[in-house]
Amino acid sequence: MKTLLEARGIGKRFGGLQALADVSLTIREGEVYGLIGPNGAGKTTFFNVLTGAYTPDGGAFAFDGGELPTGKPHRVVARGIARTFQNIRLFRELTALENVMAGHHIRTRAGIWGILTQNRHTREEERETTERAYELLRYVGIERFADTVSRHLSYGDQRRLEIARALATEPRLLALDEPAAGMNATETGRLKALIEQIRGDGVTVLLIEHDVKLVMGLCDRVAVLDFGRKIAEDVPAVVQRDEAVIKAYLGGGKHAH
Amino acid sequence: MDAETLQQLINGLVIGSVYALIALGYTMVYGILGLINFAHGDVLMVGAMTALQTMLFLMGVAPGMSPVAMLTLALLVAIPVSMLIGYTMERLAYRRLRNAPRLAPLITAIGMSFLLQTLAMIIWGRNYHTFPQLISTTPLQPVEGVFVTPVQIVIIVVSALLMIGLTLLVNRSRIGRAMRATAENHRTASLMGVDTNAVIAFTFIIGAGLAAVAGVMYASNYGIAHYGMGFMPGLKAFTAAVLGGIGNLGGAMLGGIVLGLVESFGAGYIERLTFGFLNSSYQDIFAFIILGLVLIFRPTGLLGERVSDRA
Amino acid sequence: MNELAAAVPWLGKRNPTAARWLILILAIAAPLIAWQFGRSWVRILDFALLYMMLALGLNLVVGFAGLLDLGYIAFYAVGAYTFAFLASPHFEVHLPFWLVLPLGAAFAALAGIMLGFPVLRLRGDYLAIVTLGFGEIVRIFMLNLNYPVNITNGPQGIGMIDPIVLFGWDLSQNLQITEDFAINSLFLYYYAFLACVAGSILFIRRLQISRVGRAWAAMREDELAAKAIGINTRNLKLLAFALGATFGGVAGCLFGAFQGFVSPESFSLMESIAVLTMVVFGGMGNIAGAVIGAFVLALLPEILRHIAVPLQQALFGHVLLDPEVLRMLLLSLAMILMMLLRPTGLIPARARYAHPENLHRSSQP
Repeated sequence: MKTLLEARGIGKRFGGLQALADVSLTIREGEVYGLIGPNGAGKTTFFNVLTGAYTPDGGAFAFDGGELPTGKPHRVVARGIARTFQNIRLFRELTALENVMAGHHIRTRAGIWGILTQNRHTREEERETTERAYELLRYVGIERFADTVSRHLSYGDQRRLEIARALATEPRLLALDEPAAGMNATETGRLKALIEQIRGDGVTVLLIEHDVKLVMGLCDRVAVLDFGRKIAEDVPAVVQRDEAVIKAYLGGGKHAH
Repeated sequence: MDAETLQQLINGLVIGSVYALIALGYTMVYGILGLINFAHGDVLMVGAMTALQTMLFLMGVAPGMSPVAMLTLALLVAIPVSMLIGYTMERLAYRRLRNAPRLAPLITAIGMSFLLQTLAMIIWGRNYHTFPQLISTTPLQPVEGVFVTPVQIVIIVVSALLMIGLTLLVNRSRIGRAMRATAENHRTASLMGVDTNAVIAFTFIIGAGLAAVAGVMYASNYGIAHYGMGFMPGLKAFTAAVLGGIGNLGGAMLGGIVLGLVESFGAGYIERLTFGFLNSSYQDIFAFIILGLVLIFRPTGLLGERVSDRA
Repeated sequence: MNELAAAVPWLGKRNPTAARWLILILAIAAPLIAWQFGRSWVRILDFALLYMMLALGLNLVVGFAGLLDLGYIAFYAVGAYTFAFLASPHFEVHLPFWLVLPLGAAFAALAGIMLGFPVLRLRGDYLAIVTLGFGEIVRIFMLNLNYPVNITNGPQGIGMIDPIVLFGWDLSQNLQITEDFAINSLFLYYYAFLACVAGSILFIRRLQISRVGRAWAAMREDELAAKAIGINTRNLKLLAFALGATFGGVAGCLFGAFQGFVSPESFSLMESIAVLTMVVFGGMGNIAGAVIGAFVLALLPEILRHIAVPLQQALFGHVLLDPEVLRMLLLSLAMILMMLLRPTGLIPARARYAHPENLHRSSQP
């Protein structure tokens, strides 16, 4: 299978804390790739570096055959990487529909002049954005809440909305930061189905998750981070039996569920 | 060091210590609430105007009173009045806005600033009032060509004493420890048994008291007082707080002094530097330019954010 | 017309058509009504329209993009002084209105970008103070740039500014219809300004429901999340500053021409605060709010002036609170009470960032 994302020797330090040390990994097109590890292992930092929120101290990303710009979130999104956040970050006062429409921003072009004159291109683009947003809301199963202000949505629906908003940027790689956190078993089951559907539609998924059952059931391959270092990378069944991984989870006082 | 440089150094130290005193109030409130109390400068004005009113009253009833006694009494009235204003603002407005959308407290503070100015305008009118200079303003000449007035000496000494006192209060006393704990984390502090509401109110009160003293000294130095006198020094003190590293007591003091010196030297040399194009009427823009530069290039200020010092 | 009305959704709930006609008729008839109370009231209405333009422009920056700008009046000043420099005896230059207006707007936009660049990374409250400083710096320069070369004429200001002349038609002259019937110049200015305000509302409304408006709203709600969906927050902030400033600049040009005189006094911090209060009072992020806020807070002090002064004279025999004090009192109390009691402003309707006609298609479960 073709490689979609390759991280080479990514490092990131905060003061005295080495959050990421020489992390290299390869994500193949069309797979669901899991990133796990104890709390504070550097998973979210990896997301932040990948998506341009932080600039790495060392290393580089190759994405889809080209270098990925670092420290420039909007250019990373333009290249086709979208993310969600561990603690949901919606535009709280906007409706579900408006949240998703905002997500389409980077794929639209209308400028001030077009907006002022409402020329055909602008109207066409606006209509497409709206239609696409409804489609995505339907896709994640919350179309009936299109006009609901997003902070009034239930927790599970907020997670789904955030995924719909990320999909609106038309990503090739969707990075989900603990999407099942705080969900009950039913909701997790529906989430699993949604992620599988997304993968089925040709979007590669990078998943940070604590719910080991979900990771093992969903991911094609898994990498394990511990103290900012990658200690394992393989198919779930192998990683599960890896000595170093078991030690990292038990030794850190953190039990896998 | 030639006489001119020395003179500007002294002028800068005097105005800088006033800025430092005001900056402390900004920085303490910011450290605890994350709020720029825009009306803090106007508390200074309330202090100065109340002191003025008291002095005029005393001159009427006891014309023979000694200047030092009169100034002390004026301060003893001005400080509690300012403290009351500070407390009232916190209690009636800011406290209700602690969980409000992020722009709300700042907009309220701006409203407070203008409300205080308007009320002062109603009480004392729009005019500039002569502020009695009870401490001599006859310049001494310690070095040939360098002048320093007794009131300037008093300003430096009083400011230094108050700053030492405040540092001791914050670092050594029980309430100081509560202030530091609250600045660190409201929730944790209140779980540890700190009455955070009381601590925040206390912070406003202390800041207002310092502002009142600063106001009286400022007015004594220039010999005038009016309803809008707090605005500029307030803004400059805020700049000083940011320059030193907002939330940091030592930073506020350092920032105040540095800003005072920059202004003093800047005003002295601006005409030469710009070949006569700009003159000393542009003195006020230094503070804004410094503020902009600091925020853009070193938002943590000169001393950064030393957590242990935060109050 | 439909778009104008859509900007004021709360009016059109029961009977939108009637509400729209009512607004149109009121807007056209307002100066006729005001005339009954004396010509100064028409003048007050003219100024109210200028304040509306300012409030609309500031609302774009503060309400849409969430950037608290306390130096907004500086752009008004740039527009007004541009007009004064290019169309008055001060430099003996008399360029036509149609040339000066876009220049004033462009200079103001440029000033907006100049302010925008350094402050891009600043958080909300720091931004407020730095923009305030910017406003003060502009004012200090206006006050002092009469030496050593006289550019601004200092505190005296610049007078005898050319009036607005549209296609050879001078708005400052009464329009003679018949021998004994003429339309007063104040009316002409009123309708010219009204057209500008209507145009501004239309433009701003289109912006609000466009991809740009949605991106601003996203940035205002959560800057980090906005970046994460690919919004270039730097460019959008600059755009907000530049466009907001443009409205300020246009209003400034109109002000200079209408008043015929500009001086630093008209551009004090108090004026920035007054415009901000109008936006806050009406409801941040809300076009109707900005319009209503400006209308109420531009008129109320004048009404107070006409009622309170004679009333105080009758009650106390002299004036305790002069009109300027009353205005400040009113504005500062409006700002504080609004934040404490109704932080969303007078008009609670939440703004739409999607095309309203598209919003009715969502199927109910």
